[in-house]
Amino acid sequence: MKTAMTQATYWPILLVGAALALLPLVLTTNATLNFLTFAMIITLAAQGWNIIGGFGGQFSFGHAAFFGTGAYAMALLQVRFAINPWLALPLGTALGGCAGGIIGYLSFRARLRGSYFALVTLAFAEILRIVANAWGFTGAAAGVLVPLRLDPVQMQFNDRRIFYWLALLLVVIVLGASRAIMRSRFGAQLIAVRENEDAARALGVNTLVAKLSALIISAAITAAAGALYTQKFLYLDASLAYGSWISVDALLGAIIGGPGTVFGPLIGTIVLLGLGEVTKTLFAQLTGGALPGVDLVAFGVLLIICVAFAPRGVIGAVRGAVGARSATP
Amino acid sequence: MTDKSRMHFDRRTILKATAATGAWLAAPALVRAQAPAIKVGILQPVTGALAQDGEYGRLGAEIALNEINAAGGIKSMGGARLEMVFGDARSTPEGGTQEVERMQGEGVAAIVGGFASPIVLAASQAASRYDLPYVCDVGVSDQIIGRGLKNTFRFGPGFGTVTSTAIENLVKLNDAAGKPAKTVVVVHEDGLFGSGMAKLLQAKLPERGFEILETIAHPTPSRDMSNVALRIRALTPDLVIPSSYYAEFVLLARTMQQQHIRPKGVYAILNGAASNFRFVKESAEAANLVMDCNHWADPRKPKTAEVRAKAEAGGRFWLYNTPLNYSCVRLLADAIERAGSTDRAKVTDALAASTFADHIMPYGPTKFVNGQNTGAAPVNTQVQNSDIKVIFPAEFADAKAVFPAV
Amino acid sequence: MLKLDIFLSGLANGLLIGAVYALISLGLTLVYGVLHIINFAHGATLTAAMFAVLIAHSVFGIDPYLAILVLTPLFFGLGYAAQRFVISPASHGDDSNGLLVTLGLSIIIENALLAIFRSDTRSIDVAYAFSTVEIGNLFLSLPRMIAFAGAFAVSLALWLVLARTDTGKAIRAVAKEKAGATLAGIDVDHIYAVTFGLSAACLAIAACLLMPTFLVNPRIGNSFVLVAFTIVVLGGMGSIAGALIGGLFIGVVESLSGLYFGESLGQIGIFLIFILVLLLRPTGLFGARA
Repeated sequence: MKTAMTQATYWPILLVGAALALLPLVLTTNATLNFLTFAMIITLAAQGWNIIGGFGGQFSFGHAAFFGTGAYAMALLQVRFAINPWLALPLGTALGGCAGGIIGYLSFRARLRGSYFALVTLAFAEILRIVANAWGFTGAAAGVLVPLRLDPVQMQFNDRRIFYWLALLLVVIVLGASRAIMRSRFGAQLIAVRENEDAARALGVNTLVAKLSALIISAAITAAAGALYTQKFLYLDASLAYGSWISVDALLGAIIGGPGTVFGPLIGTIVLLGLGEVTKTLFAQLTGGALPGVDLVAFGVLLIICVAFAPRGVIGAVRGAVGARSATP
Repeated sequence: MTDKSRMHFDRRTILKATAATGAWLAAPALVRAQAPAIKVGILQPVTGALAQDGEYGRLGAEIALNEINAAGGIKSMGGARLEMVFGDARSTPEGGTQEVERMQGEGVAAIVGGFASPIVLAASQAASRYDLPYVCDVGVSDQIIGRGLKNTFRFGPGFGTVTSTAIENLVKLNDAAGKPAKTVVVVHEDGLFGSGMAKLLQAKLPERGFEILETIAHPTPSRDMSNVALRIRALTPDLVIPSSYYAEFVLLARTMQQQHIRPKGVYAILNGAASNFRFVKESAEAANLVMDCNHWADPRKPKTAEVRAKAEAGGRFWLYNTPLNYSCVRLLADAIERAGSTDRAKVTDALAASTFADHIMPYGPTKFVNGQNTGAAPVNTQVQNSDIKVIFPAEFADAKAVFPAV
Repeated sequence: MLKLDIFLSGLANGLLIGAVYALISLGLTLVYGVLHIINFAHGATLTAAMFAVLIAHSVFGIDPYLAILVLTPLFFGLGYAAQRFVISPASHGDDSNGLLVTLGLSIIIENALLAIFRSDTRSIDVAYAFSTVEIGNLFLSLPRMIAFAGAFAVSLALWLVLARTDTGKAIRAVAKEKAGATLAGIDVDHIYAVTFGLSAACLAIAACLLMPTFLVNPRIGNSFVLVAFTIVVLGGMGSIAGALIGGLFIGVVESLSGLYFGESLGQIGIFLIFILVLLLRPTGLFGARA
């Protein structure tokens, strides 16, 4: 593992993917499977964030805008246009990418950076949420209910493991894509923009194109996560689709794991969600729900401890512990 | 000791909890103590945006479970005790679903609760995959029933029933007072139940002779209701019909008091504050004579006062979530009693055939049609003399309506 | 089209709520301007301050306006300690870690309040809560007018601290050029903590001024976070004047677009204006050039 992560090969990705795929055969509780499925969906969203936030260094607080677009696309294409979900998924992904293109063009063209860019993305996400809650086409406040049809053709499976494997497949594909980006010229440009945008421009990098491309890819990936969310829960409303919860989760997952790394979003999301589940279950055993909030206090404390002891994310901590070079790849 | 309603910090419990968590992480269903306890899943959002409703719902379930156990448990199963497996839905559908999976892993006989429609939709669906009976406590969306899920039952009324009852009772109220009210302003929260309510009102009220001057939607949370009050003041309606959550209605009512806005009546529907004792206590003048059409316990049954006393013994207030969840758990226990087993198909059939009447809601004997308890209905309340009285229907009423309020 | 008196009432309402927004945003802009971290715990700190006002009133019988004298130093201390002993050590000087740590703090504070006070929404009962000042045919809430004046007073006080006191000058030095300030002998850690303390103190004052006409529950501060962030960025991060004017501006925008487009849809007004301003002036109304 020590050399695998620093070597530019795809083997670690395949190994991790295989290990995760085998998990449901070993851990047989549905609760764990449900947790892992949800974790994969959030991981995908975090991986999307990582492209623009981790590699590109442009922190977005509004990735809900893309998640929700993918989610609504998946729901509405099925419910209003009777389009098969297997087709709706790539369509929703593409639509999310378009949203990224629009928001990115407006923001980057206006030279918005840092916290200004972050807040603008948040503003866009909020506008989408308010509109989706008011517009009849998106179901307004009543939301959209996707009918329950346990049929693989409708992307609803009797065996829950299949949906997990589907989500996992997307995560692995994006792991590979992230690795490819990192090794590519485009990736180098992004990192240059992240480290010092003005210097990068002086060196001839078209920073607008680089950032915009990154945001489009980022948005598409997060939109795919949204589409999966719709398909898992089969009910969507404006707060679920465009609420700030997913913007925060995507961001947290990527940063805790180690921003700008390939496996960061995966590890970070599992740590983040896992900590939440463990504290919740532990305190439910202890108090039976009689003292709500205590489990979340514990979670917050653990989060701070996590950051304090792994300031460069989990991956940074692992690298530090194993003695490998800690410079960003 | 498996009574989950108390906090234990002795070493054995901590060790057990740690081991249990470890077991959860690695293995299938936990093996519990040897007593033949029947596990009942109680799902409520006790953290997050819906924490207040979740807390009071959990309280009702807990009171019911303790009462049933104290009275000897499920007699047809040898006096088996009911054991609460509590799940915090964290105010999100994914939180609710995760807890359903956990409860399923722990072998619960059924699940009660959910509170919010999105949570209930997701959780009951997850439960249906295991044919696990699911009794919805509040969740008023009409989409909950009618998805063809055999496991899902709703004990309380959906908002279609609530709204039509509310309109009927409003017409009766208005007629009885000599029809003083003609013009209406509807104020509603812009989420699922508020918007649905507003649509139904817009369709039905004009047919019954009322004129809706304006429908004002507001977000939850709202930081300020001054402009809503402003528009009400400008329109001078006879009646204001507010359908909001607690904080927003309290803000509106207090702003109206401060702005000296006094319509002939405030007739709330499914309002989070209008039939809430804390609101009455803290905002006495603003609350006075406010009417609500909402879930409410049956004031005639002696059991209601008993349950209320237990609920309030801890500095809590009396909210409808408590008697509603109390009644849901009693309903479930009755079904298990009649089924004589925790077999899911038998419990589901027992629920579907239920004619349970020993609950404390003003519904009469239970009758489920496609999962909806057809006897379920809201009642009308009014704040009078810093107390909440039932004013409609006549058979439950303990006071006469004061309308118009001028 | 709205009648003139409704428009004026809406304008007045907007200014009054805008003043509250400004009060809440002052601390946030200060922290960003000096520490360059986005303080995710801002909303939870406001909630904690409002609970403090509740306790002061219901347990000790202290009027909210008098509680300012007690709570301001208390929260200054709490803010100082939080930055000095929790946030700074845990984030190792990294801005994105600072974000995570303040997020963790906000979860802790909100849920500790939930565990202690339960989830009920409460209000306090003061004699003047419903008093009004009549201007023309407008009934303006007296406590809100006091809060309006308070926003200006606190902004002025903060500006004076920054402009006239040695600590204030040190704060401005650190904000402008941290390395240089260190070389000049300024204890940066101390200054960071003082800034955080000032931010929390501003929130304490905001809470005292807000409570007579408002409510409190463990999540109440969250509803102001988005608006506060928007105002801070709009006004220019680090600018006191920006927070004040931005707050009033956003309050008016929210109020008027709420009147014209409905309270729900009208919320878009805030974010649309925000985006438009940033597209035209990428560093906010009063922000320094990036």
